[in-house]
Amino acid sequence: MPLLLFIALAVVPPLASMAGQAHVTGLFARGMIFALAALGLDLLVGYGALVSFGHAAFVGLGAYTVAILGAHGIHDAAVVVPVAVVAAAAFAAATGAISLRTRGVYFIMITLAFGQMAFFTASSLAPYGGDDGLTVSTRTTLFGYAPLGRDVALYYVIFAVLACAYGLMRFLVASRFGRVFRAAKENPVRVAALGFDVYRFQLAAYMVSGVVGALAGVLLANATEFVSPAYMSWRRSGELIIMVLLGGMGSLHGAIIGALAFLLLEEWLAGVTEHWKIIFGPLLVVVVLFARGGLVGIGAALARRWWRG
Amino acid sequence: MSTTLLIVQILNGLQLGVLLFLIAAGLTLVFGVMDFINLAHGVQYMLGAYLAVMFYGLTGSFVAALVLALLASLGCGLLLEFVVFRHLYDRDHLDQVIATFGIILFLNQGVKLVWGAAPLSLPIPEALSGSVVLMPGLLYPVWRIVIIASGLAAGLVLYGLVAHTRIGMLVRAGATNATMVSALGVDIRRLFMIVFGFGTMLAGFAGIMIAPILSVEPGMGDTILILAFVVIVIGGIGSIRGAFIAALLIGLVDTLGRSFAVDILRLFLAPSPARTVAPALASMLIYLLMAVVLFLRPSGLFPARGR
Amino acid sequence: MAEPILRLEGLCKSYGGLDVTDHVDLEVAPSGVHAVIGPNGAGKTTLINQICGLVAPDAGRIVFAGHDVTHRPVHARARLGLARSFQITSILPAFSTLENVALAVQAHAGSSFRLFGRADREEVLNGPAYAALVEVGLGERAHVPAGSLSHGEKRALEIAIALAMDPKLLLLDEPMAGTGREETERLVHLLQGLKTRLPMVLVEHDMTAVFELADHVSVLIYGRILASGPPEAIRADRQVIAAYLGEGE
Repeated sequence: MPLLLFIALAVVPPLASMAGQAHVTGLFARGMIFALAALGLDLLVGYGALVSFGHAAFVGLGAYTVAILGAHGIHDAAVVVPVAVVAAAAFAAATGAISLRTRGVYFIMITLAFGQMAFFTASSLAPYGGDDGLTVSTRTTLFGYAPLGRDVALYYVIFAVLACAYGLMRFLVASRFGRVFRAAKENPVRVAALGFDVYRFQLAAYMVSGVVGALAGVLLANATEFVSPAYMSWRRSGELIIMVLLGGMGSLHGAIIGALAFLLLEEWLAGVTEHWKIIFGPLLVVVVLFARGGLVGIGAALARRWWRG
Repeated sequence: MSTTLLIVQILNGLQLGVLLFLIAAGLTLVFGVMDFINLAHGVQYMLGAYLAVMFYGLTGSFVAALVLALLASLGCGLLLEFVVFRHLYDRDHLDQVIATFGIILFLNQGVKLVWGAAPLSLPIPEALSGSVVLMPGLLYPVWRIVIIASGLAAGLVLYGLVAHTRIGMLVRAGATNATMVSALGVDIRRLFMIVFGFGTMLAGFAGIMIAPILSVEPGMGDTILILAFVVIVIGGIGSIRGAFIAALLIGLVDTLGRSFAVDILRLFLAPSPARTVAPALASMLIYLLMAVVLFLRPSGLFPARGR
Repeated sequence: MAEPILRLEGLCKSYGGLDVTDHVDLEVAPSGVHAVIGPNGAGKTTLINQICGLVAPDAGRIVFAGHDVTHRPVHARARLGLARSFQITSILPAFSTLENVALAVQAHAGSSFRLFGRADREEVLNGPAYAALVEVGLGERAHVPAGSLSHGEKRALEIAIALAMDPKLLLLDEPMAGTGREETERLVHLLQGLKTRLPMVLVEHDMTAVFELADHVSVLIYGRILASGPPEAIRADRQVIAAYLGEGE
């Protein structure tokens, strides 16, 4: 299933250009960027039961790194990516250290609070556009070359990053580290009684997740050639959670499917009627009420039925 | 900053606080008693405002609009409860968040479809328009005073109900330990419906009262919803007293922060950076407050739950 | 007498004026089974929770294996070699039986911040884990989800998890709770085999089991130690009989 998904994603650009629908490539590129962010979030939500409602802040952090460094004439990935990674890790360490003291709904709300703080900070960056945001004039280069200049090249870079991130996440959740983290989701008291400091494991996962979000942000700034505080709004954070749930949490490829489905559905419904939300809203309700486990869950159920004949 | 300005801003802060309390009260009860996160609570507030505008247009009387809009809000709330929400009570929080978010999308768009995207307005009732002189040199709009007074009155009634009636006792017990209450043989479904309907009406009431001084538009419930969540988390989920204190606190901090941030920052910074930093800092203030409160007290100021 | 493995000194805990633990002094020998008995509400579980770190005492000291652990968190005490089973079964239901135990092996094998390599294929973890399962008689159930085990099997799994931590002391909080006659006998037999290797604190209601296993018995009533001594002495103690054993047993 995940393999099929990646093969399908790999053939999007040639198919789109053959069909004369080049904008589809752009749509899927955006879809994969949000898939990357949702993938990072799924680590927290699906494997750790840590519902972060401020995840868009990390995406924004990565995007603003591109824009701000760009405004100072620095465009090379060799600088931009490490800066974005370190900034996201530091922000995650600081906010996670405080947020992870709380549980459940309080965790949701305190991560929201940090997300909002990041949002308002971005709005106050008057030299970098303030509320209005900032145009990214030059896409990120790699050691002086400009491989991201063409949209198709950018598409495959995004594809490669997503595939690598997916692979790394798979390793991570199956590793010793991942086992402790998953166990802490089920029964934190038991895990502590075994001798694990649950807090440290959760904080590390929170940082990994934040860094993945920031990478998505770096790519997003390149794809849209624009950054704005809206990237960090709580609605964006909410959408990321919805993507994870729509696809089916705790499966990793579910997050990718969820993000793609979300954006495609939005695009399609918006083409049908300007009041697409009036269809999309109830659709979410229906998915929650009747399709536990998201799209991946539905797929698995259908597959089972098919096997039985 | 002059004393009059300070007093005016304190009153404005109180007015925002009272409004937040009306919304947060229902939210915290529904959350505390039913363990149900209702993101759609904000659209109930929006719906209240729209219904008031509609009924005012039909009847031409504010009082009639108020009564009809309250009843209609209650009806909408109960309908939603019956069709969607009651299937969500025993689901986990994430499911509830997604489904109620879907309701938000639907109603925001529905409102746009029915009443249009342009902001509407509701006139202040003739008798209560204008301003009064509170102090020499201090004029304050009557309607805002009415909002503060009616909000405080609603708070008192709510407190009386929760503290002194049988249903109130069940509500308090439910917020502390819901399984115990159902073990006592109480019809939990009916209790939920009453609590839910009451919360809905309070949110609708807040929307009706604020409609004359705010533009009535789609999405007006979203921002206030987030603020209301901040309130109930600071106050401690399930606690009416906590919601009341936190609502006033947030109202005052937010309003005063926005009006005086520049002046205060000027004490430390040069005028130009102070002007750029201040608005962001002022918007951030309540979130900072929430982070600090949760850092010191991870379950809010007045945790209702036993453990 | 050899240096005790665990020493409680003047331990106090009260909830809203009710003294649940009232100046408890207790020494647990480095070998044998030390049983703590007492009627319901005597404060046995609260005492265990203070020893393992889930509940902070109001006053007093807890010394474990030569370390003052009074203010150390749960995981730090576990790392020093304090293992416990829970009164209400506390396993990871979605994990396989083997993984439940392998996680315990991993806890003292260290380096759990290893981000790569599939943990479920590591023989260094699975080998000892499987051995512990065989020891408690769950060898054939290694690969089923722990949530699908029977109640008695879950109790045995709890003990396997504790064993896999290679602890210096085992705290058993009512291991026989809710098990049938036959299962209880099997558990008693199992613990009898273990007691030569490992000191244990056993909190238990089943008096037959207690007197079959214990080398030392302390009686806890209303948060206070009423009597402490060898089983025969406790059985004969008039005070204990009056306060507890006499209650129609």
